[in-house]
Amino acid sequence: MIVAFTIAITAGRYTISFDNMIKAFTGQTIEDANVRTVLFNIRLPRAILAVIAGAGLAVAGAAFQSMFSNPLATPDTLGVATGASFGATLGIMLRLPALGIQMTAFIMGILSIILVYSISKVKGESSLVMLILAGMVISSLFEALVSLIKYVADPQDVLPEITYWLMGSLAGTGFNDLLVGTLPMIIGIIIIVGLRWKLNVLSLHEDEARAMGINLNFIRGLTIISSTMITASVIAMCGKVGWIGILIPHISRMIFGNNNKYVIPASLILGAAYLLLIDTIARSISAAELPISILTAIIGAPVFIILLRKTGGIKA
Amino acid sequence: MRFEVRGASFGYKGGKNILNNISFDLNKGEILSILGSNGVGKTTLVKCTLGFLPWRKGATYIDEIEWSKWKNQDIWKKIGYVPQAKRSAFSYTTEEMVLLGRNAHLGLLSQPSKEDMYLAESCLEKVGMSRLKGKLCNEISGGELQMVLIARALATNPELLILDEPESNLDFKNQLIVINTIKDICDNEGISSIINTHYPEHAIAISDKALVLNRDGSNHFGTAKEVITEKNLRKAFDVDVRIRSFEIDGKMHTCVLPIGILNNDMNLEVLDGQLFEDAVAVDNAC
Repeated sequence: MIVAFTIAITAGRYTISFDNMIKAFTGQTIEDANVRTVLFNIRLPRAILAVIAGAGLAVAGAAFQSMFSNPLATPDTLGVATGASFGATLGIMLRLPALGIQMTAFIMGILSIILVYSISKVKGESSLVMLILAGMVISSLFEALVSLIKYVADPQDVLPEITYWLMGSLAGTGFNDLLVGTLPMIIGIIIIVGLRWKLNVLSLHEDEARAMGINLNFIRGLTIISSTMITASVIAMCGKVGWIGILIPHISRMIFGNNNKYVIPASLILGAAYLLLIDTIARSISAAELPISILTAIIGAPVFIILLRKTGGIKA
Repeated sequence: MRFEVRGASFGYKGGKNILNNISFDLNKGEILSILGSNGVGKTTLVKCTLGFLPWRKGATYIDEIEWSKWKNQDIWKKIGYVPQAKRSAFSYTTEEMVLLGRNAHLGLLSQPSKEDMYLAESCLEKVGMSRLKGKLCNEISGGELQMVLIARALATNPELLILDEPESNLDFKNQLIVINTIKDICDNEGISSIINTHYPEHAIAISDKALVLNRDGSNHFGTAKEVITEKNLRKAFDVDVRIRSFEIDGKMHTCVLPIGILNNDMNLEVLDGQLFEDAVAVDNAC
């Protein structure tokens, strides 16, 4: 993790030597003034965002999987991500400030999960297939709405902004944005980490979970709100970063089993390291930055397949 | 603990009553068996008893205090629920599964402690399944999983166990293991049990009290001896049965033998005599 972080802030088009990095952090003078600017104003906030967003997405995915007792249920597959991107696009079109975009993304994210959950519930039971189906339907609905906004958006300024943002990027993060944007992520992560053992109880059948003396609605609500908060603010800040929410929890489960006591911390660390790595590659590989959702899939898919073949999947 | 249901009825919204005027009570260490044919509402009764479905009329009382007056978490420290063994999407190891039973004793954000883990292991031992330690729940047999679920309920330290058809889908030996374990736990630890079962023999073997649900909505409640009779079983299941006891090595065993299916239209009293004559004829032929 520390290694990944060091690589992330030193590597890139403007290479900073390890010596200079240590010097900068310990407050010694460096001959080249650019080092300081690049390190503190560009690299560091960006690396911090990558760490928090990656950890958040992975943890939110693991929480959703447990809550719906379904290894395919993540904020991506259940339409929260598309709902939130519709909210954010709406915010961009209306020229809302950063906080406003966060809010619209969150509201639409919550709305989409409520829709999915109520559609999938037949006679009080929500089946695995119905849940995923409902997620697909709601996802495509919100995707269509995003397209609609793109269609009516001003092609001079709003449209390029939306399009570029949708592909996902961690670029242009300063320390001020960082504070506002990552606060919901950090709160969400803390709640889910605190609830990690309760998530085991939540993954049981509904009646069993209730008979364990759990306040089902309260803990479910808390999990949904935390996960959606994380997903929505990541989307509002960095656009759609796919794959992490399903990939990382799966990898954690393959390695550590299904006990959320271990899955959640493992997802947190792996998610953080993974997004940091991806982002470093994205901005170092070519002069023009690659959108990260392209890389998360290109690197994620083979890694996932190798792990799947090696471990025989999660212990279902 | 004293557990009581008084004059309770249940029906789904807008529908007819499925359960009518159910009353039963259970004292410390007693076992109550619930018998009835498929679809008569046994599982519904368990759900109502557990408070998952609201009674339409009547109420459940724990230690003479009405259910709704108890704090939710306090109820689940007293009652352990053992569902039918089902596979779940995410598989936990057996001790992780048993540990979940400690939930009612843990706060919202707290994690189970060393003592909780130790207790979970001792519960696994109590049901004779310590050899399953470290195994995944989806890799063990149905009988073993049922025992793990009983251990999970015991980890709550309950005063009452409610078991939904714990011995269904199990073979002879596993049925015996499950039934004997329940009996031992109740005798040794003073825990009461309510068991939903398809097997009148099991009910006779271990229970103090019985509740038989009939298809016409009526029910019989009383001591197991009074209630599990040929006549009541005939009425509940539409099956002609004989209950016979015999002694093996100084211990009494009772078997319930289904003779044949009854036709609903026929008069029970007349049929009684006819079938008895048939049985005698068969005996003579042998």
